[in-house]
Amino acid sequence: MAFKVKDVNAFYGEKQALKGVSFEIPAKSVTAIIGPSGCGKSTFIRCLNRMNDLVPMFSITGEILYNGTNIYSKGIDVTELRRRIGMVFQKPNPFPKSIYENAAYGLRIQGVNKRNILDKVVEGSLRKAALWDEVKDRLNSSALALSGGQQQRLCIARAIATEPEVILFDEPCSALDPIATAKIEDQITALKQYYTVVIVTHNMQQAARVSEYTGFFMMGELVEFDITRKIFTAPSNKLTEDYITGRFG
Amino acid sequence: MNRNILSKWFDNIFWVLGFIATLIGLATLIVLILDVLADGVGRLGWQFLTSYPSRRPESAGILSAWIGTIWIMALTTLLSIPLGIMAAVYLEEYSRKNWLTNLIEINIANLAGVPSIIYGLLGLGLFVRAMSLERSLISGAATLAILVLPIVILSTREALRAIPFSIREASYALGATKWQTIRHQVLPAALPGIMTGVILSMSRAVGETAPLIMIGALTYVAFLPASPISSEFPFISIQGLFDPFTVLPIQIFNWVSRPQKGFFADAAAGIIVLLIITFMMNAIAVWMRHKYQKKIRW
Amino acid sequence: MYKRVQRYKERLIEGALFLSALFSIFITGGIIAVLFFETFEFFKEVSIIAFLTDTQWTPLFAEKHFGILPLFAGTFLTTVIAITVALPIGLISAIYLSEYATDRVRTMVKPALEVLAAVPTVVYGYFALLFVTPLLQKIIPDLSGFNALSPGIVMGIMIIPIISSLSEDAMHAVPMGLREGAYALGSTRLQVATRVVVPAAFSGIAASFMLGISRAVGETMIVAIAAGQQPRLTLNPLVPIATVTAYIVQVSLGDTPTGTIEYKTIFAVGISLFVVTFGLNMVSYWFKKKFMEVYE
Repeated sequence: MAFKVKDVNAFYGEKQALKGVSFEIPAKSVTAIIGPSGCGKSTFIRCLNRMNDLVPMFSITGEILYNGTNIYSKGIDVTELRRRIGMVFQKPNPFPKSIYENAAYGLRIQGVNKRNILDKVVEGSLRKAALWDEVKDRLNSSALALSGGQQQRLCIARAIATEPEVILFDEPCSALDPIATAKIEDQITALKQYYTVVIVTHNMQQAARVSEYTGFFMMGELVEFDITRKIFTAPSNKLTEDYITGRFG
Repeated sequence: MNRNILSKWFDNIFWVLGFIATLIGLATLIVLILDVLADGVGRLGWQFLTSYPSRRPESAGILSAWIGTIWIMALTTLLSIPLGIMAAVYLEEYSRKNWLTNLIEINIANLAGVPSIIYGLLGLGLFVRAMSLERSLISGAATLAILVLPIVILSTREALRAIPFSIREASYALGATKWQTIRHQVLPAALPGIMTGVILSMSRAVGETAPLIMIGALTYVAFLPASPISSEFPFISIQGLFDPFTVLPIQIFNWVSRPQKGFFADAAAGIIVLLIITFMMNAIAVWMRHKYQKKIRW
Repeated sequence: MYKRVQRYKERLIEGALFLSALFSIFITGGIIAVLFFETFEFFKEVSIIAFLTDTQWTPLFAEKHFGILPLFAGTFLTTVIAITVALPIGLISAIYLSEYATDRVRTMVKPALEVLAAVPTVVYGYFALLFVTPLLQKIIPDLSGFNALSPGIVMGIMIIPIISSLSEDAMHAVPMGLREGAYALGSTRLQVATRVVVPAAFSGIAASFMLGISRAVGETMIVAIAAGQQPRLTLNPLVPIATVTAYIVQVSLGDTPTGTIEYKTIFAVGISLFVVTFGLNMVSYWFKKKFMEVYE
C-alpha cells in the first residue's frame, strides 16, 4: 500500500470539503477518483502532496500515511515530500521558459547543475512522456509555443524528471482534445510499471480505461472504493450505480 | 414620443461633448509642445549642451544640469529599486493578513499620494541636517529614492499579481521552496512588468523639482561632480556623491524665474531636452508593456 | 545538513524582505518626526492662535506676522480653480471613454493621457506663466502677470488624466448585467451612464476626486512659477498670491540660515499641508476599498 488514508476531514474556512474519508491506495497501480463536480475529489488529491497548504484558511484532521509516515505530522519536510510525489495539473502549466529548462527545473532546484546529468535526465523524461521525438530539435524554444497536448506531456516529463515515487493527475485531460487525451491516457497506463498513479477525472470512460482501482466521491464522502471492473459492472452502493449509469452528475 | 427624441438628442450631444472633453488634455499637450518648440528650438545646439550656466542668456547652457540629472537618476535607481522590489515581493508573496501588513499597505498607498514637497522637507530635515550630508548629490538621490519607493512598490506588486497562480503551483509541486519559486519562476516572468514600472518611476524622478529645491540643489553650478572613475586604485571614486549639484528641472525653474526675457528661450530649450528624456522613457515603458502582453499568453 | 542550511536561508530571505516592507513605515515615521520636531520649535516662538488667526504672513519682513490664513487662501483658491476645471471635464471624459468610445479609441487615448500625466510640473509652470497668462490677459485686461487663475487652470488640465483614468477604471468594473437591465428598458447610453453606471461606480469616482484634490493642494512648481509668491488674504483670482507650497519653495531658495524662525516656518506650514493631503488620501483610500469590496 502506498497511501493509508485514515478518517480525513478537510475544511476551507468553515466549509467542510472532505468528511471522514478512509481507504488505502495500492502501490504501482493506477487509482482513479471519480465523482460529480464539487464532490471533494480535487481537494482529496491535493491533500496527498500537501498542495492545499498553499490555500489560506485550509485545515485538515485525520491521518494520511505515506509508506507508514503521516505526511501531516510535525517535522515533515513538505518540499521533500513533493519531490517524491509529483503532480500534473488540470490546465497545462509549463513555465514560460524553454522546453529544456522546464524538464530540468526539478533537478536545478535540488542544486543539480551539471550539464551532462541534466541532458541525460531531460532526454530520459521526455522519452518517457513520449514527447522526445516531437521536440528534440527545438529544446531551447519556448514551452509556450507547444500545443496544449504537448504542453501537458511536458508537464508529465517535468514531474518524472525528479524521479518521484507517485504521480498525481488532477483532471489532466479536461483542457485537451480527444486525440491529445488518448496520448495522455497511453502515457498514464505506461507509467504504472514505475510509479504509483492517482488520477482525478470527471470522465467515467477515462477512469474505466486507465485505472485498476476506483474511488467514488460524493459531497465530500467516499461512497465506494473497489477494483475498477467491479465499480463499473457491479457496484455495491446504489449511489455509485446511479452515477455511473448517468442518472445524475 | 417627444421625450424620446429629446433624450436621443441629449445622448448625441453628450457623445460630442465627451469626445471634446477627452481631447482637451491632448490638445493642451500639443499646444504646450508647439509653444515650447517655438520659444526654445533656436537655442538648442552643441553649445547649449556643453556650456555652464551664464549671466548672459545667449551663452548659457545645461552641461552641469544634464550631468546632474544623470547622476541623480542613476543613484536614485540604485537606492530605490532593490528596496522597492524586495518590499513588493514580501507584500505580494509572503505577507499574511494581520494588522501590521494592513498598516503597511495603507501606509504605502498613502505615501504614493503625499506631495513631493513634503519629501523635500523630510530630505532637508533628515539627510541634509540630521545626517549632515549637506546639499549633495547623495542627499538629493536619497530624497528622490524615498519619493519613488511607493510607486516602485505598487507597480511591482501589480506585475507580480499578473503572474498566474498555476506557475507557482507547478513549481511547488516539484518540491521547490518558496524562495526558489519566486527567484526562478515568479520574478523572471514578472520582469518585463517590473521594468515598465521602474522606468515610469524613474521618469517621474527625472522631472521632480520641488524636493530638490528643498534639499538645496543649487541653481547656479559652474562645475561638475567629481567623476566616479578615478585614475588611482581602486579606480572608483565616491567623492562625487558629496558634491553640490543641479538638475535640469531646477535649471529651467531658475531661468523661468529671471526677469530678463532672454532666459525664457534658455528655459524653453531646457524644457525640450527634459521632455525628450521623459517621453523617451515613457515610450520605452509603453513599448515594453505592449510587447510583453503580446508575447506571453497564459 | 544541506536541508538545514536551506531552511535558514529561506528564513533569512523572508526576514530581509519583511524589513524592506517595514521600511515604508519608517518613512512615514521620519516625515512625521521631522515635521513635528521643527514645528514644535516654531510654536515655542509663535503662539498657535496667532498662527491660525492672524491675517498676515510676513515672516521674511522686518515686521513679522505668522498668520497662515493668507497661504491657505492661496492654496484654496488655486485648488478650487483647478478642481472646477478638472472635475467636470475628467468625469465627462471618463463617461465617454467607458460608455461611448470604441475599444480602438480607448486603447489609443489612454496611453496618450498617461503622457499628459508624465510631463514634469516645471514645464506646466512655464506654460502657465508664458503662454496661458498672456492669452488670458487678452480676454481679461485686469489680470496681472502673476495670478491664481492661470496656474489654477493649468493645474486643472494636469489633473484631468488622474480623474478620467481612475473614474473610467471604476466605471469599467461595473458589471455588464446592470447596464443590460437598463438598456433592455429602452434607455439611451446617457441615461444608462448617469442613472446606472455613475451611481454604481460612485465610490470609485469619489476616490479619484479626492486624489485629484490632494494633487492640487500639494502641487508646487506651477504655482511657485506662475502665481507670484505674494501671500495675501484674498479670493480674487486676478492678483498675485502665494500658496502653502510656493511659500516653502520661496524660503528654501533664499539664504535663510537653518535654525532661524523663518526656516522653522516651512516645517510648520509643511505639517499643515501633510495633514490635509494625508486626510484626503485616507478618504480616497477608504472610498476605493469600499468600491473594491462591492465589485471585486
